[in-house]
Amino acid sequence: MTNSPLSQGVVSGRLSSAELAENFADLHAPLDDHEALVAADRCYFCHDAPCMEACPTDIDIPLFIRQISTGTPEAAARTILSQNILGGMCARVCPTETLCEEVCVREVAEGKPVKIGELQRYATDTLMAEDTHPFERDASTGKKIAVVGAGPAGLSAAHRLAMYGHDVTVFDGRAKPGGLNEFGIASYKSVDNFAAREVEWLLQIGGITVETGKRLGERLSLETLKADYDAVFLGIGLGGVNALGLEGEDKGGVLDAVDFISNLRQASDLTNVAIGRDVVVIGGGMTAVDAAVQAKLLGALNVSLVYRRGRDRMAASVFEQDLAASKGVHIISNASPKAVIGNGAVREIEFEYTDNDLKATGQTVRLPADQVFKAIGQTLSGDGLPDLDGSKIAVDGTGRTSVDWIWAGGDCASGGDDLTVTAVAEGRDAAEDIHASLS
Amino acid sequence: MADLTSDFIGIKSPNPFWLASAPPTDKEYNVRRAFEAGWGGVVWKTLGEEGPPVVNVNGPRYGAIHGADRRLLGLNNIELITDRPLEVNLEEMTRVKKDYPDHALIASVMVPCEEDAWKKILPQIAETGCDGFELNFGCPHGMAERGMGSAVGQVPDYIEMVSRWAKEATGLPVIVKLTPNITNILYPAEAALKGGADAVSLINTINSITGVNLDVMSPEPMIDGKGTHGGYCGPAVKPIAMNMVAEIARNPATANLPISGIGGITTWRDAAEFMALGAGNVQVCTAAMTYGFKIVQEMISGLSQWMDEKGYTSTSDFVGMATPNVTDWQYLNLNHITKAEINQDDCIKCGRCYAACEDTSHQAIEMSDDRVFTVKDDECVACNLCVNVCPVEGCITMRTLDAGEMDERTGQPVAAGYGNWTAHPNNPSVQAAE
Ligand SMILES: Cc1cc2nc3c(=O)[nH]c(=O)nc-3n(C[C@H](O)[C@H](O)[C@H](O)COP(=O)(O)OP(=O)(O)OC[C@H]3O[C@@H](n4cnc5c(N)ncnc54)[C@H](O)[C@@H]3O)c2cc1C
Ligand SMILES: Cc1cc2nc3c(=O)[nH]c(=O)nc-3n(C[C@H](O)[C@H](O)[C@H](O)COP(=O)(O)O)c2cc1C
Ligand code: SF4
Repeated sequence: MTNSPLSQGVVSGRLSSAELAENFADLHAPLDDHEALVAADRCYFCHDAPCMEACPTDIDIPLFIRQISTGTPEAAARTILSQNILGGMCARVCPTETLCEEVCVREVAEGKPVKIGELQRYATDTLMAEDTHPFERDASTGKKIAVVGAGPAGLSAAHRLAMYGHDVTVFDGRAKPGGLNEFGIASYKSVDNFAAREVEWLLQIGGITVETGKRLGERLSLETLKADYDAVFLGIGLGGVNALGLEGEDKGGVLDAVDFISNLRQASDLTNVAIGRDVVVIGGGMTAVDAAVQAKLLGALNVSLVYRRGRDRMAASVFEQDLAASKGVHIISNASPKAVIGNGAVREIEFEYTDNDLKATGQTVRLPADQVFKAIGQTLSGDGLPDLDGSKIAVDGTGRTSVDWIWAGGDCASGGDDLTVTAVAEGRDAAEDIHASLS
Repeated sequence: MADLTSDFIGIKSPNPFWLASAPPTDKEYNVRRAFEAGWGGVVWKTLGEEGPPVVNVNGPRYGAIHGADRRLLGLNNIELITDRPLEVNLEEMTRVKKDYPDHALIASVMVPCEEDAWKKILPQIAETGCDGFELNFGCPHGMAERGMGSAVGQVPDYIEMVSRWAKEATGLPVIVKLTPNITNILYPAEAALKGGADAVSLINTINSITGVNLDVMSPEPMIDGKGTHGGYCGPAVKPIAMNMVAEIARNPATANLPISGIGGITTWRDAAEFMALGAGNVQVCTAAMTYGFKIVQEMISGLSQWMDEKGYTSTSDFVGMATPNVTDWQYLNLNHITKAEINQDDCIKCGRCYAACEDTSHQAIEMSDDRVFTVKDDECVACNLCVNVCPVEGCITMRTLDAGEMDERTGQPVAAGYGNWTAHPNNPSVQAAE
């Protein structure tokens, strides 16, 4: 190993492959059978359970946990997957601390929720390890449906539609399906190529053709899709990234956090991924935390996450903030970027301290930076889309857009949080509505 | 998916899970919701004679035993039969049966031990369209004092007599519900059979006091400073109920008498166990009272998953499959020798096995200075106590010695083949025969 965390500049191999393997291992090791039984035992099987209400996909959580308790994790998995076909991924990536586990009556009573997410993973992993698909496709209806975007929203819609017997074609601009499950989610939340395995498993339902490398707006138009298919579902996520609008933003080393993460996710050998000694991440959401944590795990010496408002306003949950802090990320709040300084490549970045209303204080600070990752939000990109509501495609409760026979869901559509589980729920609900409209 | 539809003495239901006669089946509102939740059938809360209904106490009628984390293990009650007028119950039953023709609806009945009383009420109830009767000879409190319930159930002659009257009254199937508050369950079961009953159901609740208030010095549940024995049910009674089911199922005289299993059934596995011992279907009360009607969903999914795994296509495939393996002690194979084994990877070093074995069993576990627990094969009698007290499931297991292998405790090699007490040299009757 020639490099270390102290090596100057942007270099790879700061840590040994063994250290990297340990750093990027599962955030939560899977529960073993005994742990699962002990965890499941704590569920009270609440009536009209708050956790179920809090789950965007309305999984019957008390029922599935009871099914684990009684030794039938496969039945538990069926309970989960019938509501949320990406229940395996959601078990890994959902911010349960702000969803189901936040409202668990045992969290409220004792400050210790039932480990819903980890139990969900236990159940879905058990079923998926058997490599069987728990659902059967109905007889073909002969109806053709185009799904654009193979992220959680598109995959969820495609699966539900295929199950009802429709013939689904999923188009995605990228070379691989999965959307942010494949290119965005932090590595330690989805180890062992889980995203790709899950897609493969999901496609076992049959009736779904995936066409990668096909972007709407390039080799595909909404008009042709509308003409060639009985219905269209748009799950194109947020393709654009917000810019800082700063002087010097074009300097070398200033990158979009999502690009850094997607390169990292696709790297076959982490020892080849270059990272700065001093890394600054700008933003306060999940993307910012993921970029900062993974920069640190790659061996960066100093990683600062800088957010312009107070910590309580950060979109990243307290759990995520604590995770970042525990990995050694320095969280700086109330600081807005002012200028990128450097000769060709970034060397320093200047911030001005601001109060909670973003009023400038005149006090500035400069942080050394070999790399700056921008994580201040993604935006919808694309022309000729249905009407927008603000910056997203306007949809009603079942995903209908302003254009007949075009539905949308997930991050690209209005309403709901930008979360994997919300995308799954919206894709599923739109599919139900498409199916009802076609029947 | 396995087919869960059930045919119990000609009564069809979408699954073998019935709600037992009790508060969950007390009225139309409950029963409709129970059917919607997935229950296959109900035994309506026990009906009594026409006229002013019984009255219940107005203080607490339940007491309970809790396990760790306040899990309800046993429930006790001093409730009586229905306290709603007969006509109201009959109207409601008629409406429910009409709307749920494919679900089982059984009328539980308890009237005084007089022929007229039974022959008058049963035809009247039959008009509801119900699928059969369950004669409640089980209630241990309140009704027994009036010469009904377990007062009848404890006298086999009465059971036989009332069963006969019931069979003569209408053509509908008759199930006799047995009380466990007797010394030998076979007498009432045989009496029911002799009287012509189509089936027995068991158990009803067990006489009990769940607790004593040490300030007031009164049993719980306490009503104005006094308490009375109530009927015990819930998970705690399951072993008692299963033994009684098995005894009836393996008794030659009653071996073909259909059984509806009741007592502590909470999960699919409990149901499968009762059925394996010979119950054709099962009834549930406390689990529904503890967790709500929805609990049946786990029973349905669990039983069908297990049946699929085992290749059973219908519940009748496995009903009674364990019955032939219920035997008497003297026929157990004494040449079957096992030794406890502690999996050191799973052991969390709590030492409970050590305390149990050292203090109360055979001093067969060794504890090292650094808390490693190992079994001494030369002391272990394979009693299973360590397995039972170990908090980690599967950490301590029993290894079966092969024939010919040395049993270090006795210094004898394990004998090949089967050998039981009836032929054992220490058995005085064997010596006598020699
Ligand atoms: C770094 C990062 C970390 C995250 N971590 C979490 C987390 O831990 N937990 C959580 O719940 N959520 C997390 N999220 C949010 C979550 O990933 C998204 O909410 C979710 O993926 C949205 O799903 P989607 O299907 O709407 O869009 P996407 O997952 O973005 O999928 C959209 C798909 O459409 C394709 N596409 C886009 N435009 C076109 C086009 N014109 N033609 C064809 N195909 C196109 C894309 O290639 C992509 O495959 C994270 C997001 C990011 C960026
Ligand atoms: C509150 C309560 C009331 C009951 N009332 C009746 C009754 O009216 N008739 C009857 O046959 N059994 C009655 N039972 C007994 C139950 O039907 C059942 O046999 C018993 O509770 C055992 O089953 P379990 O362990 O599933 O509760 C009652 C039980 C309870 C808890
Ligand atoms: S369960 Fe209902 S009826 Fe019984 S004491 Fe509580 S509130 Fe009253």
